[in-house]
Amino acid sequence: MTRSIAQIEEWLESGERAADPLEHAGELVKAGEEVLENWILAHGGTPTDETRENFRLLALHRQGAKGDPSFNACRETCREIAYHYNLVKLEAADGRGQDTVAMMRLVTKHLVLFIGGKLREAGLGDFCCSSRSLRSKPDRKVDYLGV
Amino acid sequence: MTDTIDDRKQRYKKVAYYPGCALEGSAQPYDISTRAVGKHLGLQLEDVKDWNCCGAMEVKNIDPEIQTYLSSRVMSQAKNKNGADVVMAPCNGCYHNLKKAEYDIANKPKSKETVEKISAKAGHEAYHEGEIETIHALDWIKWGYGEEELRAKIKGGLKGLKVANYYGCMYTRPRHIFPEKGKGGDSESLTKPHYMDDLLAIAGAENVDFPLKTACCGGAHSLSDSDMSTKLVLNILEAAEAAGAEVIATECPTCHSGLEMHQIRALKRLSKDTNVKVVYFTQLLGLAMGMSPRKLGIHANVSKSIPLLKERGIA
Repeated sequence: MTRSIAQIEEWLESGERAADPLEHAGELVKAGEEVLENWILAHGGTPTDETRENFRLLALHRQGAKGDPSFNACRETCREIAYHYNLVKLEAADGRGQDTVAMMRLVTKHLVLFIGGKLREAGLGDFCCSSRSLRSKPDRKVDYLGV
Repeated sequence: MTDTIDDRKQRYKKVAYYPGCALEGSAQPYDISTRAVGKHLGLQLEDVKDWNCCGAMEVKNIDPEIQTYLSSRVMSQAKNKNGADVVMAPCNGCYHNLKKAEYDIANKPKSKETVEKISAKAGHEAYHEGEIETIHALDWIKWGYGEEELRAKIKGGLKGLKVANYYGCMYTRPRHIFPEKGKGGDSESLTKPHYMDDLLAIAGAENVDFPLKTACCGGAHSLSDSDMSTKLVLNILEAAEAAGAEVIATECPTCHSGLEMHQIRALKRLSKDTNVKVVYFTQLLGLAMGMSPRKLGIHANVSKSIPLLKERGIA
């Protein structure tokens, strides 16, 4: 079951985590997916089970960004989560990965805050990188959130 | 026609300067340091004559066509009153809006029509696509002065100061308004920008691997949802510290003031203290070239970096 944004934020704040870096990295990817699921569900969509570059997280971001260019403001954040997961995977083989997974946790937290903020108050990210004015309508050229 | 490095250098040597409202207000240290560094390098700036607001967020969110007009007027002034071919905007918001206006005028007939109509009513030349090139302060220094030439200008340098380069969201997004970026080679990257990293590495900084370099600072919601902005900024500050940074280098006044203000607010509201300092990249470049902190407006930053810079023998 998908946790709410507040539950994910609480979990990140709690310090509760798997001791093994790779296992924790997997938890963080999962948390990122759940955040994106929240966004898609809130917009009436059905979260995809597809993957992109082996990450469902990236497929979900792509789905969530359809019709809302401001959502691309977290594209690189999602890609950084995927990148950090791959790094942890490499490092864990040598018994490392603690520092990388700690950074991955902060990157994941940014995704949680950004999307949580957008869900709470539409417009976050709309001035800055992908402005969509109050008067303009959603882009009808694309299927909104794939529904 | 191919644009060579020398052509670009020649073109950027003297540019019309569009400070915008932030650099005349809260981001005055950015203005001071940009002018000082330019002067030190022999690059010429001429303020856009009778410039106006770029439309920033207020106008854009109410009527994007009016924002396009406002930004187009700045470019028209630079072209017709300054006689310039290039306008340089250090503020990411201004830079972004001028680039967006350029794109809209070229691609949206309605935008072009609005610009022509209002310009005629206002009694000035309408801006037409391709009449002027809009660049950022990063382009100006990197290409107008040159990296090798900059290396020769470094005196003392940044002595391995650990820097997280933070570009914010507007410098590369949305990608369609920056057709010159993401072309590979020496063009700026749309996903992992590096021009500030390049310049500060030449200046002697040790750039840390910073995964949130283009992440949202919550700037647009500083007033409507301050707590969200504080949390986003705090996360950026904590990530920079976790990456080992002593300083976050900025090139956007909105990001810069957001980082400074919400660093203080995070301590007050969330009892979360962070110690990483926030400094404009122009200030760091100036220091690396032996310029005094006062000349670069560092004393006027809210983030108090001078003790650290003195301790590291940089200021």
